[in-house]
Amino acid sequence: MITDDRWIGQIYQQQSRRVLSTLIRLLGDFSLAEESMQEAFAAAVRQWPVEGVPDNPTAWLIRTGQRRGIDQIRRARTAHSYSHLVSEPSAVITEPNEQTIHDDQLRLLFTCCHPALSLDARIALTLREMCGLTTEQVASGLLQKPATLAQRIVRAKRKIRDAGIPYEVPEARELPERLPGVLRVIYLVFNEGYSRSDGDHLFDVHLSADAIRLAEVLARLLPEGEVFGLLALMLLQNSRQKARQDEDGNLITLENQDRSLWDRASIDSGFRWLEAALARTPTGPYTLQASIAAVHADAEEACKTDWARIVRLYDALYQQQPSPVIALNRAVAIAMRDTPADGLRLLEELMSQKAMAGYHLFHAARADLQRRNGHIEEARQSYDRALALVSQGPERRFLERRLAELTESS
Amino acid sequence: MKYIALVYYQESIINAMTEQEWHDLNQECVAGVERLTQQGNFITGQPLQPVDTATTVRVRDEEVLVSDGPFAETKEQLAGFYLLDAHDLNEAVQLASRIPPARFGSIEVRPARELPPED
Repeated sequence: MITDDRWIGQIYQQQSRRVLSTLIRLLGDFSLAEESMQEAFAAAVRQWPVEGVPDNPTAWLIRTGQRRGIDQIRRARTAHSYSHLVSEPSAVITEPNEQTIHDDQLRLLFTCCHPALSLDARIALTLREMCGLTTEQVASGLLQKPATLAQRIVRAKRKIRDAGIPYEVPEARELPERLPGVLRVIYLVFNEGYSRSDGDHLFDVHLSADAIRLAEVLARLLPEGEVFGLLALMLLQNSRQKARQDEDGNLITLENQDRSLWDRASIDSGFRWLEAALARTPTGPYTLQASIAAVHADAEEACKTDWARIVRLYDALYQQQPSPVIALNRAVAIAMRDTPADGLRLLEELMSQKAMAGYHLFHAARADLQRRNGHIEEARQSYDRALALVSQGPERRFLERRLAELTESS
Repeated sequence: MKYIALVYYQESIINAMTEQEWHDLNQECVAGVERLTQQGNFITGQPLQPVDTATTVRVRDEEVLVSDGPFAETKEQLAGFYLLDAHDLNEAVQLASRIPPARFGSIEVRPARELPPED
């Protein structure tokens, strides 16, 4: 007998994504599945307090949802909505089991992250369908207008249906091609929460937590090295959350953070996932980035950081992803291992790259190395350039503070 | 499902080809159509003459307006199309990726739409 309403809320939290992912497969339509799921939960609220909670609540909810969905298709056939569901839905109610529910969640994630959808749509759909956020929550999380976001989700669902994007997990041979796309969406969600590209708040705890939760689900469903690596990376980065900002919201660099504020539980968990990731070869880019984050997490003080190891890890990462941003990070690591002048020499080589000229962190890194090297005037110019390019509030204030410190000291 | 694969490329790339390269590309396409037919994926298809042969037709206020050139001047030109029968978008994309000009042009894949039955 249920006497407490919160119970149903908890079941909704735990079960709604599992129920939804299976209903999408059984009913063949996102919107219909969502309506049917809501009806199933409504029925549970009415029936369970009277009849008791069924032995297998997930199975009950799926069966009830499927029945409602089928009824609706039959009713709608004459009325023409859902007329695209031409085939008669199987009247046989299938008994859902753990394995199929498990596979359905993966199907849903791979469909939400399908490369034929725009990246914006993939992020929005994943947050909406996989993380169970409302359209309003997704919109506020992504700093977009709810109407724009709702429109984008409607369009994406229409494309899934009309272009025939299949509701399936890619076969093993396609997985290496498709998995990075899914991981990218999860990491974008994390970063969107962790460090905004504009606005005044440095991080939004919820989106980062959603991304971590999603990666935990994926790690259980799809035990691949890079899934573990991404999860480790996010846990290790997230462990520094309390130390990244002072009370006024000012950004604090890794070097100056109070390391006692780092979340040990998150670090320990990150290390465990990293170990699992490293046990699987080949070592992919997320695992390498997690390894770099782990070197920082391992150092009790900034001056004890094993920069030689970080440089080696960046070398390996650059081999896999020869991007200017990784080259920039590698140059900074070399400066820390050797001297600022060595790092600066590498940065000069990168100057000619177009992507670097407009990247505020490049100029900020250059300014920092020039400052360490005692070239105050040059550092000032580089900070000015970085400031001209930065949009985010806390990062902007950080650069302004650094620039002011230079002026005071000279 | 039926999908149309629209083949686009920069005609300048074709114009720069030697006779032999152009011949080889065409033979590769012929073999590709043969393979698609055997697999049961090929419904129909047609390569097109270069875009400078295009004529655009519009009817405005019941008047037929004819103009020289394609509908839109784009960097890549429509070079032909395939009508394919594929199970879903994943299969259609996989088939399109084997169309030879995908290597230097691009293939737009669109699901076909059926006209409603006559009233």
